[in-house]
Amino acid sequence: MSAEALATSATQTNAWEPKIIAFCCNWCSYGGADSAGMGRFQQPASARIIRVMCSGRIDPLHVFNAFLEGADAVLVTGCHIGDCHYVNGNDKTKIKYKYLENVVHELGIEKERLQLNWISASEGEKFANFIRDVTAQIKKLGPSPLKPEGVA
Amino acid sequence: MDNNTKTIGAAVVVGGGIAGMQASLDLASSGIKVYLVETKPSIGGVMAQLDKTFPTNDCAMCTMAPRLVEISSHKNIELISLAEVESVKGEAGNFTVTVKKRPRYVDEKKCTGCGSCLAVCPVGKAKAAQDGKERKIKPIPDEYNEGLSTRPAVSIPFPQAIPNKAFIDNRYCLYINGGKCGNCKKACKADAIEFDQKEQIFELNVGAIMVTPGYELFDIGSKPEYGSGKFENVLTALRFERILSASGPYQGKVLRPSDKKIPKKLAFIQCVGSRDHERDYCSAVCCMYATKEALIAKEHLGDQLEIDILYMDIRAYGKGFEEYYQRAQKLGVNYIRCRVPDIEEKPDTKNLVIHYLSENDKKVTREYDMIILSTGLLAPKSAKQISSTLGITLNEYNFCNTGPFTPVNSSREGIFVAGPFTEPKDVPETVIQASGAASKALSLLCGSRGTLIKEKEYPSEKDITGQEARIGVFICHCGKNIGGVANVPEVVKYASTLPSVVHAEDNLYMCSSDAIDKIKQKIEEHHLNRVVVASCTPRTHEPLFKNTIREAGLNEYLFEMANIREHCTWAHMHEPEAATKKAKGLVQMAVAKSKLLEPLYRQFVPINQDCLVIGGGIAGMTAAKEVADKGFLVHLVEKEAQLGGNARKLHYLIDGANPQDYLNDLIKTVNNHENIRVHTASPIESLNGSIGKFKTVINNAGNKQEIEHGAVILATGGIEHKPSEYMYGKNKRVMTQLELEDKLVNDPKFKAPECVVMIQCVESRNDDRPYCSRICCASAVKNALKIKEKYPDAGVYVLYRDMRTFGFLEGYYTKARQKGIVFSIYDKDRKPELIESKNGNLTVRYFDSTMQENIEIDSDYVVLSTPVIPRPENKELASLLKVPLDQNKFFLEAHIKLRPVDFATDGIFLCGLAHYPKSIKDSIAQAGAAAARASTILSKKFIETEGAISVVDEAKCIGCGTCVNVCPYNAPALEEVTVTVEEVTYKTKKSRINPAACKGCGSCAAACPAGAITAQHFSSREIREVIDAFDKGVRGVSIEKSIVEVMV
Repeated sequence: MSAEALATSATQTNAWEPKIIAFCCNWCSYGGADSAGMGRFQQPASARIIRVMCSGRIDPLHVFNAFLEGADAVLVTGCHIGDCHYVNGNDKTKIKYKYLENVVHELGIEKERLQLNWISASEGEKFANFIRDVTAQIKKLGPSPLKPEGVA
Repeated sequence: MDNNTKTIGAAVVVGGGIAGMQASLDLASSGIKVYLVETKPSIGGVMAQLDKTFPTNDCAMCTMAPRLVEISSHKNIELISLAEVESVKGEAGNFTVTVKKRPRYVDEKKCTGCGSCLAVCPVGKAKAAQDGKERKIKPIPDEYNEGLSTRPAVSIPFPQAIPNKAFIDNRYCLYINGGKCGNCKKACKADAIEFDQKEQIFELNVGAIMVTPGYELFDIGSKPEYGSGKFENVLTALRFERILSASGPYQGKVLRPSDKKIPKKLAFIQCVGSRDHERDYCSAVCCMYATKEALIAKEHLGDQLEIDILYMDIRAYGKGFEEYYQRAQKLGVNYIRCRVPDIEEKPDTKNLVIHYLSENDKKVTREYDMIILSTGLLAPKSAKQISSTLGITLNEYNFCNTGPFTPVNSSREGIFVAGPFTEPKDVPETVIQASGAASKALSLLCGSRGTLIKEKEYPSEKDITGQEARIGVFICHCGKNIGGVANVPEVVKYASTLPSVVHAEDNLYMCSSDAIDKIKQKIEEHHLNRVVVASCTPRTHEPLFKNTIREAGLNEYLFEMANIREHCTWAHMHEPEAATKKAKGLVQMAVAKSKLLEPLYRQFVPINQDCLVIGGGIAGMTAAKEVADKGFLVHLVEKEAQLGGNARKLHYLIDGANPQDYLNDLIKTVNNHENIRVHTASPIESLNGSIGKFKTVINNAGNKQEIEHGAVILATGGIEHKPSEYMYGKNKRVMTQLELEDKLVNDPKFKAPECVVMIQCVESRNDDRPYCSRICCASAVKNALKIKEKYPDAGVYVLYRDMRTFGFLEGYYTKARQKGIVFSIYDKDRKPELIESKNGNLTVRYFDSTMQENIEIDSDYVVLSTPVIPRPENKELASLLKVPLDQNKFFLEAHIKLRPVDFATDGIFLCGLAHYPKSIKDSIAQAGAAAARASTILSKKFIETEGAISVVDEAKCIGCGTCVNVCPYNAPALEEVTVTVEEVTYKTKKSRINPAACKGCGSCAAACPAGAITAQHFSSREIREVIDAFDKGVRGVSIEKSIVEVMV
């Protein structure tokens, strides 16, 4: 089945769950995901979180790895600007992200598939909404164009 | 106390808010055993309820939660919740403190904090009375949400609470009150509920007592003019804070309580319960918290929300406050100077109407959807009881008495105080004072430091080099929290099929002590060399499990966690299949990573226990003395020939105390102290090294000396600004406040004036120098009162923009007005003018906004309140120490709220005017704080580094220095090396990361263009493996099949 056909069938049945990789920093956005759970803010089971100590740790290569491994979307998240546990790691993330965004776009990957969001440890609902929104966007788009054919 | 008597190396801290937490951590980290006594079920105090903190709008819980965890896992801190001090016997150095602990009705050792009991408590489901009918079970207002929501009788105050244990409120529990319920006991799989717990009374033997009970907020019930709390849409600011919070009653949506509609017009009324006849003090924080809440509300609702802040003076006097206030104005928050006599509620809309007189004396009527009352800080309710139990004195408003030069000493020796209990104050000042109080206790107990603390012993570590990975997977049911949604046995079965997994099992509560023992047993039995626990969040439970595997002889870094509760079963409660599938996936990812885990070691870097203090003013000398009092050698370096700094120019304080006496005593003490080496006229030439091993060269008139030291305290001070306007320097009768003070005391030619005019905010709070200099209003009031005292007939005028006499300074402002000193407001855009007539007479002309006309005053002297400005050499010093400056060129601390005397670079601390303008009292407190912080390092012989730090592969490193630029902690440095490749030998630079400075954030690894840096424990290889494992197994047919068979 081609990616397009897969997308169509997925939209029809809605059974297809996108594969979303979320990079979270230990101090804020990972805590935000924890708070989402504590507050029982329900969200689609589409995302897997990879914890790093600081969003500044996220290497653009990790994002490419994720796309190459078949991720339908990659989320880069961290503390709000000014709140970084490591002084200014997220400022560096912001700079890297600008460049990354362009490259990913150049590769023909839709902009919805790579998103940046600052989420604090208390913003559980925001985290859940983010996952829900991204999942809905990706469901509309269908599987990643980089996905090997025939692999769900 | 007698020096020969042995002191007890323990302290009790009374009150677990931010002050108590800071004092506990400082003491415990310096080798003192700490008993932290908190009256509530959890520590955290009011800060735990805050959404954000001014002036950076940082998330309060995000900055605080790591500290809560640090307290709960600190081996030298014993947290005693639900407890109060009953009595104190003995003397400084050796007190016997009797503590009464109320029953929690929950066994703290057994309770895992899973929350199963909360869900089944019938009281939690109680609804409010309707149609006038009282219900049998009444709802309990949730204290954490300031009564805007309800809670069960068994509860955990907030998700990050410490201890994270359930608490049964015996006032509401149906079972305890003779009912039949007991639901919680049935629901608790850990068997932790104990209805028959009794009150316990026990004694603690300690050397010092820290008193940090916090404050109370003014009760609006006693304000009938503002509705006595009966108007639904009139809220206290703390309630509004809860509404703004994402963890609050409306999940962070700004709604008004009466109809849950979005407000369009909102007002803050300032000074409710402060600056009035009964309480002649300023509550010090309300202007800024109102500004903060206004900004957050605007952030939520944008321009559709109109906000007025109705105030008397905006007191934006702290670091970053004035800029914050300016920003709020730019973002459309209206500040209106007025007083609001009363509020009327419209019965139909529940809207609120107020009337006031505007600045130009016009009657104004306004209607709002919601009104927030900025209620003042009062002394804690327990103040009187604390005073009599501990034998310490209170002031007229029931705050604790402290002296002008002893900001953290109570009236009883050995008992130290901090936080708003001494005077209303904000978080950073509370933290500073708490560290300052800890410093006093550390000095007192310096002889018994380290005598009562425990060092944990672990078995010797197993060598796993060359071994194939043997992974054990332990999966938690967490009562029903995980097991009630996901199919845990299926996940266990799945885990056991994963490569390298040699053992997988489940347990009801993985964190219970029997399960912990079982993990250790299985490590032995199956020769496990990697352990994965799939349960809750590593943010709270990782330290526990790491400790467990250490106790079983494994390196603590051979551990990985899969969060299948918060990120899985709680987030997908109604999708058991999806949750089971995801749990498998999460376990698989954790297993994949764990295969690559390598043992990592914390390094023990020996440190030099001497301290360098830069600057010989009040702050520097106080810091030097306090560090020296703890038994450490101090080098006090001053570039001037003489000690004393700015304080040499101060002759009296606002409360009448004599700073010269204090200064002379201090200079004498410092010069004669056996642990202090004073180096005057010795500027610093160079400063190198890092925490534990600094090397500094000082230059005394060509005589160079190298000093080795483990920590640095920076106390270089500031200077009084000399203005260029108002004919300063041209007319001798125009002078600054410091010059006036000197003339009043020392100048025999100073003529009795008929009239003196003082102009505030001269060349400050403007575009060039946006900050408020904090001390000038009090200086003006002080000097105005002095003039009146010496020359009662003199007329004294103070022209100001906002009188910022915060805290108890307000009383002197009141006194000044009573003495006939005239205070008149001028506007920033219509500054007063100074006119010199031909015969040399001075006339000040200004526009009086109340009378709406120009007023002229003939004046004998014109006194300019100019700001304290940063020293010009700060820039040079900052690059020498590799520490940052803020936008006003003062030194920038690590965190404006919680780390006010630390720099981001470890081992360097800050106090006094180099940080920001402040009074002598505040400088002394801050110097003590810096000394306490420094002693947390100096009291150890080694610094234990982080294990998961970044390392450089020198073969790959190209010496570009990107890592040096990226690192905020100055951990990497380029070092010259000689490389020999075949026949070629050349010199180049390679980066080396100092393990003592690295915090393991991994930014350098992500930035390194050569891929030469590995962020250990979060290496690119490990991350790639985790990405690769995503859904791998679920795709793999064989594994799915086996489970299908099991299921069938």
